Amino acid sequence: MKVKSRFGHLNQEFEVGNIIYIAQNSKLKLSSGLEIENFPIAYQTYGNLNSDKSNAILICHALTGDQYVASTNPVIQKDGWWDFMVGKGKAIDTDKFFVICANVIGGCMGSLGPKEIDPKTNKPFGSSFPFLTIQDMVRAQKLLIEYFGINKLHAVIGGSTGGMQVLAWGVLFPNKVKILIPMSTSYRHSPQNIAFHEVGRQAIMSDPNWCEGDYLAQEKFPKSGLALARMTAHITYLSESSLQKKFGRDLNNKSGFSFSAERDFEVENYLHYQGSRFVERFDPNSYLIITRAVDYFDLESDFNGKLSGAFVELAKNKSCKICVISFSDDWLFPPSESKKLTHALSACDVNVSSVVIESNGGHDSFLLKNDIFEKTISGLLIEK
Amino acid sequence: MQNNQNFDAQKIRFDLRAIANLINKNSKVLDIGCGDGELLHFLKSTKNIDARGLEISHTQVSKALIRGLSVIHGNAENDLSIYPDKSFDYAVLSQTIQATQNPPKILIEMLRIANYAIVSLPNFAHIKNRFDLMFSGRMPVNKTLPYQWYETPNIHFCSILDFEKLCFDLDFNIQKKIFLTSNHRFLGVFGNELFANLFAKYGIFLITKNEFKASSQEEFAFKVVTNLGYKPAISNYDYKK
Repeated sequence: MKVKSRFGHLNQEFEVGNIIYIAQNSKLKLSSGLEIENFPIAYQTYGNLNSDKSNAILICHALTGDQYVASTNPVIQKDGWWDFMVGKGKAIDTDKFFVICANVIGGCMGSLGPKEIDPKTNKPFGSSFPFLTIQDMVRAQKLLIEYFGINKLHAVIGGSTGGMQVLAWGVLFPNKVKILIPMSTSYRHSPQNIAFHEVGRQAIMSDPNWCEGDYLAQEKFPKSGLALARMTAHITYLSESSLQKKFGRDLNNKSGFSFSAERDFEVENYLHYQGSRFVERFDPNSYLIITRAVDYFDLESDFNGKLSGAFVELAKNKSCKICVISFSDDWLFPPSESKKLTHALSACDVNVSSVVIESNGGHDSFLLKNDIFEKTISGLLIEK
Repeated sequence: MQNNQNFDAQKIRFDLRAIANLINKNSKVLDIGCGDGELLHFLKSTKNIDARGLEISHTQVSKALIRGLSVIHGNAENDLSIYPDKSFDYAVLSQTIQATQNPPKILIEMLRIANYAIVSLPNFAHIKNRFDLMFSGRMPVNKTLPYQWYETPNIHFCSILDFEKLCFDLDFNIQKKIFLTSNHRFLGVFGNELFANLFAKYGIFLITKNEFKASSQEEFAFKVVTNLGYKPAISNYDYKK
């Protein structure tokens, strides 16, 4: 089923691809205790599911990503976010694998989210949308996998917030997957990262057009707050050296300082551009819901301070392997956090691999073309 | 597939082939400092082992992962502690022990996490090294030891006899030993140690804890302890530090 949805501050309408309604006969209980039922999941697939349904790979998108992994995104009219990795003859070869990517619940790309219409009130959910956890998102993905009739996924792959979903798959459904590849992620969201998220949320909520979250019903949009949230977050996705390399102290088409608060520097201009593009496609309430879910993620505290406890069940699945990938200059989810995760996995005898890939793109390195990275992923997916 | 295996068998480094011969089929092996996974890949395709690796260089780790192996990016000095007791049948350390800060600690860790440790090392007491030092008066630099003194990663050189002495001091049992010459020929298994210490370029040792009972391991028929009358260590070195 194809549907249209409205996006961003311009409230433009775009088609969001395939949608199915899941949890039709049984309710999905959320971590908060609330229950949801008969709700939409928007997804894209690439390649063909084989006859024994053993070649499916689930890709989990990051915080502000979406299901358009390897095909033109209808809202921004750009290639999919992992186009270089997924496709015919690419590292995740769609001639061999059936690739599924679904918009997370709480998102704004067609799945159940705060900007969609609440059937009970016929108005957008807005501030009434329930807060979620990463585990809730994964439970919804599991229902989608069941819809396809897939008993066991060949692999679950994801970066950043998507990487947390990969780990949650390993914890919640340890027997439903063969290969787990969490990238640029951690077993928990660090206090520093929670702090950055809070700055973003406050930027949104202090915008005069926020309307306590019900801006859509009042036909307003906290555009500058959302753009500011994106600008702050975007700094954390890069690195000091990548900013130096990309912009240095270059001035923004000027011969000297303006001696005013104008955008003198190129790097300022870049951040404003990122902010302005973001508000065309993202929903402020979704930003709150998803950042909160990421903040709540902490497998260590879920298992009474013993991280390896999270993977005891996974260790029993002897045919499962996991590879933790991190990038050398990622300071949002630094290699040291991946190391702790790897050690916990190893301590309970999970078949774990880990690699720190040399990078200069900061946290966003997993979204950048890199020969070693691509070959590593393709090597991991081969069944030996 | 058969062709592939033959090709690999011919290609694999000579000392790794000797190590592979010590490893039983269908066992679980950790290769510490596995590089690009040459040995593990060979063992996996010829002996169906459950192959795991630990490697310090990220480019080497990537190469091993591309081969489909399970390898952790880490270092032998600190990261063996992450493995539970007896989680492997064999822990292999090939031509690395001389480059570590604390060789006894690594040996103790290897035999904590595995039933058997396999260690290969270059023999510093090889006759050519002795001649080099005696006649030129300078630290030997040759094919086996290709580094100048100021750039060598090899900070803890030992001879075959030194290593055997360490095993004795640690109360570890050398179950098998293989000596290799520069021509890559086996100098003989359980040969005369003094002779080997002079002419072998490399030694390979299969070690267990002394209390380890070889009852189920009947293939190790030559369970021998050749301690050459070693006396207990007189140094106060704390092996576990």
